[in-house]
Amino acid sequence: MIAEAGHYALVLALALALIQSFVPVIGARLRDPALMNVARSTALAQLLFVGASFIALVTLHVNSDFSVANVYENSHSMKPLIYKITGVWGNHEGSMLLWVSILALFGGLVAAFGNNLPLSLRAHVLSVQAWIASAFYLFILITSNPFLRIANPPIEGRDLNPVLQDIGLAVHPPMLYLGYVGFSISFSFAIAALIEGRIDAAWARWVRPWTLVAWIFLTLGIAMGSYWAYYELGWGGWWFWDPVENASLMPWLAGTALLHSALVMEKRNALKVWTILLSILTFSLSLLGTFLVRSGVITSVHAFANDPTRGVFILLILCLFIGGSLSLFAGRATSLKQGGLFAPISREGALVLNNLLLTVACAVVLFGTLYPLAMEVLADFKMSVGAPFYNLTFVPLFALLLLAVPFGPMLAWKRGDLLGVTQRLLAAGVAGLVVVAIVWAWTRGGSALAPLAIGLGVFVIAGVVTDIVERTGLFRLPFATALHRARGLPRSAWGTAFAHAGLGIALIGIVCETTWNSEYIATMKPNDVAQVAGYDLKLDGLLERQGPNYREMVAQFNVSRGGEALSVMTPSKRSFTTRGASTTEAALLTRGASQLYISLGDVTAEGAIAVRIYHKPFVLLIWWGPVLMAFGGMLSLSDRRLRVGAPKPARAKQRLQPAE
Amino acid sequence: MGAVYALPEACQMTLWFVFALMTVAAIFAVLWPLGRGGRDQNQGSEVTVYKDQLAEIEHDLAAGLIARPEAEAARVEISRRLLAADSSESALAPTSNLKWRRGAAVLALVGLPLVAAAIYVPLGSPALHDFPLAQREPARPGMAQSLENLVAQVQQHLEKNPTDGRGWNVLAPVLERLGRFDEAVRAYRNSITYNGESAERRSDLGEVIAAAAGGVVTADAKAEFERAHALNADDPKANYFLGLAAEQDGRKDEAANIWRALLAKAPADAPWRPLVQTSLARVGGGGTMPALSDETIAASKEMNDGDRNAMIRGMVERLATRLKQNGDDVDGWLRLVRAYLVMGDRDKALGASTDARQAVANNAERLRQLNEGLKTLGLDG
Repeated sequence: MIAEAGHYALVLALALALIQSFVPVIGARLRDPALMNVARSTALAQLLFVGASFIALVTLHVNSDFSVANVYENSHSMKPLIYKITGVWGNHEGSMLLWVSILALFGGLVAAFGNNLPLSLRAHVLSVQAWIASAFYLFILITSNPFLRIANPPIEGRDLNPVLQDIGLAVHPPMLYLGYVGFSISFSFAIAALIEGRIDAAWARWVRPWTLVAWIFLTLGIAMGSYWAYYELGWGGWWFWDPVENASLMPWLAGTALLHSALVMEKRNALKVWTILLSILTFSLSLLGTFLVRSGVITSVHAFANDPTRGVFILLILCLFIGGSLSLFAGRATSLKQGGLFAPISREGALVLNNLLLTVACAVVLFGTLYPLAMEVLADFKMSVGAPFYNLTFVPLFALLLLAVPFGPMLAWKRGDLLGVTQRLLAAGVAGLVVVAIVWAWTRGGSALAPLAIGLGVFVIAGVVTDIVERTGLFRLPFATALHRARGLPRSAWGTAFAHAGLGIALIGIVCETTWNSEYIATMKPNDVAQVAGYDLKLDGLLERQGPNYREMVAQFNVSRGGEALSVMTPSKRSFTTRGASTTEAALLTRGASQLYISLGDVTAEGAIAVRIYHKPFVLLIWWGPVLMAFGGMLSLSDRRLRVGAPKPARAKQRLQPAE
Repeated sequence: MGAVYALPEACQMTLWFVFALMTVAAIFAVLWPLGRGGRDQNQGSEVTVYKDQLAEIEHDLAAGLIARPEAEAARVEISRRLLAADSSESALAPTSNLKWRRGAAVLALVGLPLVAAAIYVPLGSPALHDFPLAQREPARPGMAQSLENLVAQVQQHLEKNPTDGRGWNVLAPVLERLGRFDEAVRAYRNSITYNGESAERRSDLGEVIAAAAGGVVTADAKAEFERAHALNADDPKANYFLGLAAEQDGRKDEAANIWRALLAKAPADAPWRPLVQTSLARVGGGGTMPALSDETIAASKEMNDGDRNAMIRGMVERLATRLKQNGDDVDGWLRLVRAYLVMGDRDKALGASTDARQAVANNAERLRQLNEGLKTLGLDG
């Protein structure tokens, strides 16, 4: 009964979404509050039904009900409970159900907490949400139904892909989907604004928190995914410019731009067209990401062509929404009232530059992702676009962006003083240069660009510090006053500081890891000692262990440095009989921000084992950076106050603190 | 769909009742706001946002975060927007439209259940109840898949206790009978690892390896039989298959010798006697004729053409498979080429001779033999 009730709940959610698609729009046309309010109750009911449906699927997985095809194909009765639960979204059907559940969650949140929205805007927003939801409910029910049954249930399931049997699966996809789908709200707001033909600072004030929430989750989701790939795949790499990763990076780049321009809109009533366009683009890229990952087009264009139902369905959704929204934009954007004016050198101007750079970087990634697919379709020629391409295109763009980051928050609104800001950033620039010199002198190895890049990272962080010092008047005013002002500083300002510093920290981590990582690859026998970056790793022995649904071979390493024993590391290889597959479980030893990394290869006939040992200096900074960014986002989100950007008066010549 | 799994009447009723309840809840979600007629108007407006922004400026000014002239400029800007918003909002008064509200209510009452039914009925299986593992395991009706399920249970057990040699011993022959040869190979290997080796286990293992290779005694399988033979020279299965290997390699006399010796030692009532006798008859008690000779074809005279061709083709295929695995055998290659020529398939014969040259390319002596042989077959260079 659980299976069928869950199935029926999903069908009812579709029926409700269909009603929610039309009734509130008609209500808004007629200005009938009752009809507009239908959006609210149907959105909540939709959340209830989709939630029930999702819980039903989780229950079926936990109970190992193999009469449900999805459970049979992706579960195993002996799998640990946590993987039975995470396995729900470790497969196509279940992950799509999670996708729509999150969509319904956001819709429900707008319905429940949207009291401060004008009635017609709320009705339109929820209707647009329902259009998206209807399309995806239909997609799930018709092509990827997780509730299909098997009349004669087999006694055992086929188990989940072993690579996915990891705690990463519990966190990464839900986070990523919260990010992807969260941008559907700003998309719906943008479409609603275009339909109503009205967009203003108040609109931006309502959009900002939703965009921020989505951005925070997407940031964490990408960082988490990268860390997961780092420790699970056993190669020590953390970013591969793989189409699946690019699919999540593109909405992040566009979403970051959106976040900034929505802020300008709220504070200064400017950059309206940018904000609308970026809202549409960000969600379109999220949809594109869903299409790329879910249609199987990445694995092989030809495999996609063999079983195209799913792919063609998502492609249709994609064309419908992207095409529809962009045509609506083209038709209505000109009618949007122009907002506040500003000089090219101003905080607004800096943010336009930021938008431009982020959008171009996004376009570069889009090109690198789609070009190989196009080549495969048109020329039947398989190729991949990897790091060399992005190093030449994406990296310079981002370096330029980072160079500009410290200037942005220090420029005044409306008309800024670039020279003044440059003077105030002098200290930060000097700090950056000093670090370049130190690193250069110290290492003399690796790429000549590495010290420069580290200097850039330091410049970004020092710029953030300068900004905070300026605002609080530290060193200039008595300490107590500065402290008082620091406390009075809006949390959103601290949020900006943390997010920007996170960028610098991540950059330093990336440069250190790629330039100075050392690796040791060899076959080792018990009692052999490997020496990597000053550490001695002694292989004590190999032993076999039995896990709940796998067998594993564990190698035990004693790690010491300069004769002093530090720790024991136990990398392993697991083999899963049901799927006949094996996974490598790398062992990680964290020392400060650096890590030692061991992963195992095959055992040779003589009882020796192939090992790969890496020392990765400052590798953890790569993920601390995004975590700091997300923390900054949360600080800003917790700041419930309205954002006002006070313009710099045209004639005022006095050198006062920067505007906020 | 087995009748065993169909729902009892009472359960079926509960399910439909739950469906009905859910549908009513969904309809209610649409009707509720229509009934309330939009009485409570707790909605936000732009005006509120701008008023809040003005308050925010005062706050910032008081905290010393912005200077007075800047605050003044901001106040002017926001007040201008406030006025604009105020005038545009007053123009929009709510109306109520009974006709459309009724329409929406009808849509909910009729359309919603219809859509739900139209989608659910073709997709759902309301007649199936749940089969959580906990309920299912103790009593399993229907023995149709019982063997498969038993295997699954034993495999589960062995997953947890991989060193249980007896378990592997039980499992392996069952897997073999089910035709799951690759799994059977692994099971036999594990059985040998945990039970110790014996001639029987080695030759059983060899048998499944051969079965997995479609009946060809591959090098791997042969190694197992040789090992079994070393452990017990009288092991009948090992002897039979070593004979078969010799036959497949074209060493008919050797095969005949092995089988003759086997029969000589065999007890009169051994169940495998007829099999060995037939095999011996097939190789015709030896002779130096190559395999697939006219004699073989003559032996199949009684068959009809189709059967005969199938038989010959089968033998050729086996020979080709074996040579793919072990290409050192010059005589074997020559026989294969000749067989293709006899069958009138010149292309395949040429292909095989090319393969042969590649296979023995790093041995000058063999290559010379091969080339001479090919010359006599009329396939020069």
